[in-house]
Amino acid sequence: MTDSIESGAVTDGQGRNLPPLQLHVPEPPARPGESADFTHFDIPAADAAPRPDEATHPSQMRDFAYGLVRVLDEDGHAVGAWDPKLPADTLLRMLRYMALTRAFDGRMFRAQRQGKTSFYMKSTGEEAVSIGAALALSRDDMCFPSYRQQGILIARDWSIVDMMNQIYSNKGDRMKGRQLPIMYSAREAGFFSISGNLTTQYPQAVGWAMASAAKGDTRIAATWCGEGSTAEGDFHSACTFASVYRAPVIMNVVNNQWAISSFSGFAGAEATTFAARAIGYGIAGLRVDGNDVLAVYAATRWAADRARANGGPTLIEHFTYRVEGHSTSDDPTAYRSAEESSQWPLGDPIARLKQHCINLGIWDEERHAAMDQQLAEMVRDAAREAEKNGILGHGLHHPMESMFQDVFEDMPWHLQEQQQQMLDEWKAAGL
Amino acid sequence: MNDMRMETVAAGGQDEPVQMNMIQAINSALDVMMGRDPDVVVMGEDVGYFGGVFRATAGLQQKYGKNRVFDTPITECGIIGVAVGMGAYGLRPVPEIQFADYIYPALDQLVSEAARLRYRSAGEFIAPMTVRSPFGGGIFGGQTHSQSPEGIFTHVSGVKTVIPSTPYDAKGLLIAAIEDNDPTIFFEPKRIYNGPFDGHYDTPAKSWAGHADAQVPQGYYRIDLGKARIARPGAALTILCYGTMVHVVENTVAKLGIDAEIVDLRSLVPLDIDAIEASVKKTGRCLIVHEATRTSGFGAELSALVQERCFYHLEAPIERVTGFDTPYPHSLEWAYFPGPVRIREAINKIMKD
Repeated sequence: MTDSIESGAVTDGQGRNLPPLQLHVPEPPARPGESADFTHFDIPAADAAPRPDEATHPSQMRDFAYGLVRVLDEDGHAVGAWDPKLPADTLLRMLRYMALTRAFDGRMFRAQRQGKTSFYMKSTGEEAVSIGAALALSRDDMCFPSYRQQGILIARDWSIVDMMNQIYSNKGDRMKGRQLPIMYSAREAGFFSISGNLTTQYPQAVGWAMASAAKGDTRIAATWCGEGSTAEGDFHSACTFASVYRAPVIMNVVNNQWAISSFSGFAGAEATTFAARAIGYGIAGLRVDGNDVLAVYAATRWAADRARANGGPTLIEHFTYRVEGHSTSDDPTAYRSAEESSQWPLGDPIARLKQHCINLGIWDEERHAAMDQQLAEMVRDAAREAEKNGILGHGLHHPMESMFQDVFEDMPWHLQEQQQQMLDEWKAAGL
Repeated sequence: MNDMRMETVAAGGQDEPVQMNMIQAINSALDVMMGRDPDVVVMGEDVGYFGGVFRATAGLQQKYGKNRVFDTPITECGIIGVAVGMGAYGLRPVPEIQFADYIYPALDQLVSEAARLRYRSAGEFIAPMTVRSPFGGGIFGGQTHSQSPEGIFTHVSGVKTVIPSTPYDAKGLLIAAIEDNDPTIFFEPKRIYNGPFDGHYDTPAKSWAGHADAQVPQGYYRIDLGKARIARPGAALTILCYGTMVHVVENTVAKLGIDAEIVDLRSLVPLDIDAIEASVKKTGRCLIVHEATRTSGFGAELSALVQERCFYHLEAPIERVTGFDTPYPHSLEWAYFPGPVRIREAINKIMKD
């Protein structure tokens, strides 16, 4: 009793503190059947953020971790200090890559529903995050993506037939049908092998960047994870290593508000921003309008220039919204308001760039419709081409014995025996 | 000096061997490989300026610079994750985990990433890393400085697991592991860093001085992974063991005066199945000895393989002498450790049948 009084706590007269403790379990603003409301998000004006020098010390970057770098305003005009002032042909390339990513996603989602493959994940609404970054990086910079950066491959002009072969796990799949669909690997395109284990790519990207620096190379690394994945321990170890060794790496957090059914509050968003994680590590942090491809491009260029000048790592939070379900195995109407994507205050990345290009007089609705039509045909033709190599479960896969290859560089005796046993069993069964 | 050594020394065109303990042999292997290959980098907690808590990396930073030998933050998942990225770049990292008991935070990076990278990318990316880590008990290390987690790694497709038992093997195997393009877990039995341990904890510790397998060439040589060593040829019984237990078994066998064939496996994955089969088919009896806990330990795999392949040659059930299925105790270490008493009892049991 005496102790409690001295410590300043209020007691109930029997030695117990009052009030009782309460556990806070975050709850998203809207569940199914409720109206979505994003008015609590503070969206600054497009020209609000100044552009600091690339050499700015991380301690001077605090406001950027809580602000929002934007370029395109509500009317589609490029404004403010971050406007990268890109030439018309680059803007139209960006638009085309984003539209192609969306068309690709649409086709592959349908392919999954038609039973041609087991699984797919769309990036609808997040196309600017991949496309903006890919165009701001050099092609020989190494990307360590998560599973929702297919736009990087598309922006690096990777063959979409090759991507589809992977999704169909067919005989044209360079991964030999070993990986779940969308877990691409394309070393030539600077696209690191995707893993199902979240955020493992973060310290790997830092290590790649450290190696490049230790070798006196000029290439940098970039990596992506979702806001949900920032809760993994690998995120912390990566940030620590990146900071300690001033690794030339760009660490992107794609905050699309949802980690499957968990809203961003379960990764800590109620208390802070994800860009603000950078502050504690002594890393430069930028928070960016992830549906504004020019802002994504400008922030990535800033971070890349900083890394190339030995200024160290940058953490970029891309504030965006996951328009579709998490994957083909997910039904978002089971946990969130159906109104959310239409209420999302930062709009659609393709519509915003399209409007900007129309404002500049380099684009119009007619050409846009024609482009969409052409891309749809291109994706359809690519799908037909890929399907010639087979679709999942139709037998046109790699030979069975290929399952045992590449576990090690050389196949040890126990795998040779297992391979032979499998072949003998199938032969004995008359198959 | 066994035949293998004569071959490898001759192949290297070597300088005179010198006396080394296991630490010095490991240090020498790292020195040789860093000298030969500019892509070999050493990293880990306290490995840089200080030269490692066991001195295994002493002098390397001074010789090769901080870009190639550096201290890391205390984060095992970070150390291995960064090493995977360095390997993807084209380096050949040799990360150290200070004690095998602390490798668990790195398991996701080892099991999900390093072990599968070649497979999942169909060879586009590889993880040519060698994870060095002191392991095993017998030093009053208690629960978290004594463990033998090799069975966790032998269960993972895509990693190799190597355990030396002498200074000569430690250097040759470590060089082979570093040169290997597959990720390798290299467990160093810290009880025998400074001298072979015969299992008699109550007698003064021996040094490696005068031991035939402590004469180590100063230059390059390698012992191929996947090749066992016959530590003692014999006809009465086959004993499969590795690491510290090789010496405990050797001493116990010598005292019993039994003609056992002692097979030092050296590499658990890939395993020298031919050496095992040849020995058991010759002797008809098999004892397996390891420090690690019994249930689902590597001894279970060895026992199953011997049973499957040598069934008609077996004259007695296969026996296992292992750590008990408990966490590694501090005060009761010598009741836990699979020492001379337990090995003798097992041998007597097998030979009775």
